[in-house]
Amino acid sequence: MNIALVYDIARWEERAILEAARKRSIRVELLHLETQPLTVSGRPPVEADVYLQRCLSHANALSSTIALESTGVRVVNNSRAIVVAHDKLWTLALLSKAGIPTPRTVIAFSESSAMKAAGALGYPVVVKPINGSWGRLVSLAEDEETLRVILEHRVYMNNPFLKVHLIQEFVRKPGRDIRVFVVGDEVPVAIYRVSDHWVTNTARGGRAQPAPIDEELRELSLKTAETLGVEIAGLDVFEDPERGYLVNEVNAVPDFRNTVAVTGYDLPGRIVEYLASTTRR
Amino acid sequence: MKSRCPICGREALLPDDVMPGEVIEHDCGVTLEVVIDGGRVLLKPLEIGEDWGE
Repeated sequence: MNIALVYDIARWEERAILEAARKRSIRVELLHLETQPLTVSGRPPVEADVYLQRCLSHANALSSTIALESTGVRVVNNSRAIVVAHDKLWTLALLSKAGIPTPRTVIAFSESSAMKAAGALGYPVVVKPINGSWGRLVSLAEDEETLRVILEHRVYMNNPFLKVHLIQEFVRKPGRDIRVFVVGDEVPVAIYRVSDHWVTNTARGGRAQPAPIDEELRELSLKTAETLGVEIAGLDVFEDPERGYLVNEVNAVPDFRNTVAVTGYDLPGRIVEYLASTTRR
Repeated sequence: MKSRCPICGREALLPDDVMPGEVIEHDCGVTLEVVIDGGRVLLKPLEIGEDWGE
């Protein structure tokens, strides 16, 4: 049994996956994209039973997955799951269609329609790009004037995707959100991300604490993963005082260093075992 | 394994099985990336990409 680790930058997570595989006598082939070009179709670049996608760059993750799949290998997560999870709008659209509760969301393509949308949702609103990461460019507009300033800044940014405004209701979270991990058909571990700031990402200073997984959260997480086609994922879930759990985002190449640190759960080991189990089927 | 920090010039200790692209936190406070070039292990300052992250 061997796994190919597809990556651009090797952080704590990638090193932990490597060590977890070694402990289980599973061979890991490193596929470092900066040093290894990929052919479209033809022979796979390394011999492996399964390829684990761990690129930090979204562009690298998606492009390398597509190229690898063209050679006939199995990549986890697959290219469709990666592209859908990276697109917040696509994610929310598919989840809503599947009956999974999500924050109320509107997209707007101009300043005037964004103002109209925010008025209908009711202030404060959260404004974010449809494909951002680590909480970057996620803004809270307390009122019409703040929203106008945020949108004016976006007008001067070159990326056309930043001019598609994803506007969400501000969910009154209890000072935290939940990061839930799905690995295959299991929901092995979750953390609270606690912050006095309304952005709770640990990349933005949120503190990790172990979180319980009740049956409702487990079922919701599995249904979310199934809907998007992700096999290994980190889900961001809000707790709304009236509606309960709301799934906000899904990450197809999740960070988990803080999760392992505060829970002690061997998530890299679980990921490796899952990959091994799927190749034995 | 050893290399040299390109910022402070001091020695940097690396794992024996260091991976290309591995992130190293050096004692001087700089975050470095491992580059393996023709068998030589070098370090460069880590530059964070615009589309990085979950």
